Amino acid sequence: MTTGDGMAVRAEQVSRHYEMGSAVIRAVDDVTLQIRAGEFVALLGSSGSGKSTLLNLMAGLDRPTGGAIFANGRNLSELSSLELARYRSRTVGMVFQSFNLLPRMTLEENVELPLRLAEVDRAERGGRVQEALERVHLENRLTHRPSELSGGEQQRAALARALVNRPTLLFADEPTGNLDSATGESIMLLLKEIQQKLGMTIVMVTHERPLAERFADRIAALADGKLLTDGVKS
Amino acid sequence: MKAGDLGELALRNLREAVLRSTLTTLGVAVGVASLVAWLSLGIGLQALATKRLSNSGLFDTVIVTQRRNLQSMRRPPTESSPAKNARLLDEDAKKELERLPNVVEVYSQVRFPTEVRYDGTPYSTIVAGIPASAQGNGSFDGIQGSFFSGPNAEEAILQIEFAKDLSTQPSSLIGKDLVVRYAERQALPPQASGSPGSNNADAGGFSIVPREKKLRIVGIIETEPAAGFGGFGSGRLLIPLEVASSLRAAQVNDLRDAVRTTNGKPVYPSLTVRAKSASLVQGIETAIKDMGFGTFSLQDATKSLQVFFKIFDMLLFIFGSLALAVATLGIVNTLVMAILERRREIGILKALGAADRDVKNLFFVEASVMGFFGGVFGVGFGWLVGRAVTFGINVYLKRQSLPPTDVFSVPWWLVLMAIVLAVLVSLAAGLYPASRAAKLNPVEALRYE
Repeated sequence: MTTGDGMAVRAEQVSRHYEMGSAVIRAVDDVTLQIRAGEFVALLGSSGSGKSTLLNLMAGLDRPTGGAIFANGRNLSELSSLELARYRSRTVGMVFQSFNLLPRMTLEENVELPLRLAEVDRAERGGRVQEALERVHLENRLTHRPSELSGGEQQRAALARALVNRPTLLFADEPTGNLDSATGESIMLLLKEIQQKLGMTIVMVTHERPLAERFADRIAALADGKLLTDGVKS
Repeated sequence: MKAGDLGELALRNLREAVLRSTLTTLGVAVGVASLVAWLSLGIGLQALATKRLSNSGLFDTVIVTQRRNLQSMRRPPTESSPAKNARLLDEDAKKELERLPNVVEVYSQVRFPTEVRYDGTPYSTIVAGIPASAQGNGSFDGIQGSFFSGPNAEEAILQIEFAKDLSTQPSSLIGKDLVVRYAERQALPPQASGSPGSNNADAGGFSIVPREKKLRIVGIIETEPAAGFGGFGSGRLLIPLEVASSLRAAQVNDLRDAVRTTNGKPVYPSLTVRAKSASLVQGIETAIKDMGFGTFSLQDATKSLQVFFKIFDMLLFIFGSLALAVATLGIVNTLVMAILERRREIGILKALGAADRDVKNLFFVEASVMGFFGGVFGVGFGWLVGRAVTFGINVYLKRQSLPPTDVFSVPWWLVLMAIVLAVLVSLAAGLYPASRAAKLNPVEALRYE
C-alpha cells in the first residue's frame, strides 16, 4: 500500500527530541524523506546519528515530537495506540540486530506469534508459518529453540517472523550487526531476494557503507539527527 | 489477540516461571483456605445452633390462645377490653388455623401426669403427645430403636433418664411393655345452674375415672425433643399425639375450663401452630391475631440470633480475608517481577503488533489463572482444615462423653464464592502490574537487557 503518490512512506520535517533535564537531545531533527513502494533504502550513519530513531518512527514504534509520517495512506502521528498497533501488525515487518526471538518458544511458535497478534485463524496459521520458514530455508527447524540455532539462522528466523503477516514494509535495524561478514552477506542476499520477489519496500539501518551500496537502491545518510544526503550511491 | 491465544500464552508464561507461579498460587490458596475455614466454621456453628433450636420447636411455632386466657392472668376483662370480641379456640378455629398459608400443622398439646408400672414397680412421670411430623424435624435423630410405627400405634418412646430409672440397661427396654395409669376425664351432662343469663348456664362438669393403658417401648432418645416453650414440656414418656388425645386424660387446664363458658363445645386451652419455617412465623402470627386470638412466639429472639450470626460471619470473613489480602500482595509482587524480567519480551510483542490491551489482558489472564487455581486449591485446603478440626473436636467430645458434631459446613455457594473471590482479588491485584506493562514504551523495552 502506498500513500497515494507511489510513496510507501513519507516523512515530512520529522523531529524526535528527548528532554534530559534541561538539555534537549535532538535524535531526529527536521528530516524529510520519501520512500517509494518497492524500494530498498538504506539509512546510513554512525552511532547516534538518529537512523534507528527514524526507523522506529516510520515503523510506528515511536511517535515524532514534530512533523508527520505518512504510511499506509495515513498520518502515523494521528493514529491511536490501537491503530498504531494494527499498523505494526498488518503493514510492517521488523528485523532487529539482536534478532529478538523469544528464547522459550520454538522457531515455529516464534514465527506464529505475529499471526496470533493479528488474530489470524488457527487453521490458516500452519501454512503461513511453513511458507515463511521455507522462504528463509528453515523449514526443517520448526521445533528448534533459538538457542539451538546459529546467529545467521536466528536472523533468518526473525526475517520469517517479519514476513509471516505478509507486510508491505520491512524495517531492518542493523540486520547484519551481530553476524560475521559471510553470514551477513547471506542475510542481505535474502533481503534483496525478498524485495525483488515480493516487491516489498525495505528500509534498512546500517553503518556499513559497502553493504548499503551493494544492496540498497538508495542511501539516505544521517548525522546528528539530520539528513545529510539522500540518494547518493558512490 | 483472541482469548484462546491469550490463555495459551499466559499458561506458557506461568509454566516458564513455574516455581514462582506455584508459590504465588499457594499463597492465594492459603488465603482462600483461611477464608473458607473461618466462614465454614461460622456457617457450621450457625447450622448447628439453628438445627438445635429448630428441633426445640422454639422458633417455628406459634402458641395460640384465647385472648381472655392471657388477660385473665393479669386482670379481669372490662367492658372496653378486647375480651368481649375474643373467639373460642374450638374445633372450627383449629380448622381455620390449619387453612392459613404456610402452616404445616395445628395441634393441641396433650401433657398429663401419670403413673407408669414397669416390672411391678410404679414410677411417676409426665406423658407428652408427639405429632407424627416430629419424626422428620430432626428431634429424633440418634434415637435408639425406632419412631412410632404409626399415628395410632400404642407405643412409647422413653427419655433416656426415665429409661435409666426403669432399668440399668436402658437399651434392653426396647420391645418391652409398660402400663400407664392415668385419670380419664368423663364429661357430665350439662346442668342448668338456676338463674337465667348466668354465665355458667351451659357449662358441663366432668368426672375423673382411673384408667390403664399398655404400651410397647419402641425407642429411647437422649434429649427431650421439643422440650420447653411450644413443645412438650418435660415429657419423659412420649406417645403418639393421637393416642394421647384419645385417652382423654385430665389435664391441668380442665379445672379452669370446667368453670368457663364454652357453649357446650370442646375448647382447647391452647393450640400449637407450626410454620413451614421460622421466617414465616411473623406473617402467621399476624394472621392469627387478626382472627381474634392471642399469640406468642419467639420470633424476635430468632431475629436477634440471625443478626448475631450475620455479624459473626462478617467478622469471620474479615478475619479470614487477611490472609487473602497478604496473598494479593504476593500476586502483585510476582507480576511486577514478571514485568521486569519480561520487559524486552513485552517490547518484542509490541513491535510485532501487540496492542496495549493485549499486553494488559495477558497479565490479567496470568493473574486470574493463579487466582482460579489458588481458589480451587484453597477451597480444598479449607475443607481439609475443617475436617481435621472437626475430627479433633469429636475426639475431645468423645472423651467428654458427648455426642459427636460437625461444626464446619462448606456449602456449594461458599465453594463458588471463594473461587470467584479469588479470581476477582487476583484480577484486582493484577490491575497495577498489567497497566504498567501495557504502558511500556516499546523502543525502551527493546533496549532493555
